[in-house]
Amino acid sequence: MRRLLVATLLLALAGPTSATASEERPTLADLEDEVVCPVCTPETLEQSNSAVADRMRAFIRQRIAAGDTKSEIKEKLVAQFGEQVLAAPSKSGFNVLAWALPLTGGLLAGVAVGLLALRWSRAREPTAPDEASSNGGPPLDPELEQRVDEELARFDA
Amino acid sequence: MAARLKLLSQAAAVMVVALLIALLGWQIAKTEEGRGLSAAVAAGKAPPAPGFALESLEGEEEISLADFRGRPVVLNFWASWCGPCKDEAPMLQSAWERYGDRGLVVLGIDAQDLKFDGRRFAERYALTYPLAYDGNGSTLGRYGLTGFPETWFVSRSGRLVGEHITGPLDEETLERNIQVLLGAA
Repeated sequence: MRRLLVATLLLALAGPTSATASEERPTLADLEDEVVCPVCTPETLEQSNSAVADRMRAFIRQRIAAGDTKSEIKEKLVAQFGEQVLAAPSKSGFNVLAWALPLTGGLLAGVAVGLLALRWSRAREPTAPDEASSNGGPPLDPELEQRVDEELARFDA
Repeated sequence: MAARLKLLSQAAAVMVVALLIALLGWQIAKTEEGRGLSAAVAAGKAPPAPGFALESLEGEEEISLADFRGRPVVLNFWASWCGPCKDEAPMLQSAWERYGDRGLVVLGIDAQDLKFDGRRFAERYALTYPLAYDGNGSTLGRYGLTGFPETWFVSRSGRLVGEHITGPLDEETLERNIQVLLGAA
């Protein structure tokens, strides 16, 4: 148990550290799957063998050698090719919608399915015994019940 | 109350779907905008050339198609990484030098390219005609481009005339279209 806790802690610490290293000292591989080839969208640089993808890889290597961070390299590519060069939209401005809408939609769909399931399960619950008639069917209308009683009394008499 | 709520939610769902369909339609229309131009030019209809304003490849000024109204324009789309663009660049430079005194403008649009690479290309081929930079390819859909290089011919009145050349130019095709361009209003 103790070993498990230590391992979990180490993993938690290692996660952000590797993310920081990737941001500050990126490699070509770190960027290749986050940038698309502009003439062969939606292929990422990693998947593309086009001439422009080769030039972009050369540009990225050059910027890495110059000491740019991952964000800086991405910003430079966006400045040249526009936002569409990014494989995933940025999480700022209007682009936030691209992230927020699917999440909100999924959440709303989940709530709707939950509510419907609740409603269906309630509808299928058996009727309470005090509301049920003696034969298990739905209770009679009081007026009708009174009439039936009167008819039965007359019949008995 | 429950029925009203149900109706409202159904109306909202229909509206969301309608909105998504409208967005899809708008996107398709935007992408396909230039597709009809080539057929119109081939049919001799001379459709208006889509306007644009881009920064120059040197980044010092803005270049817009409207700036050249009244002059015949050879509009060439290229990129430094495109092989055939290298072959036709000297031909376009030569046309610019030969017909400049007759008002002809060669306007190059370096698209989907690294700006630095585009500048180096212009230096290597000693291009002196105006060069605009369209890194994100904003003009490509409007001109119905399917690759690089492609060339259009814009008349003095801003209409597309001659032929739409998809692929590399040759001397004969360029000359033929320049003659059409110089003769067009």
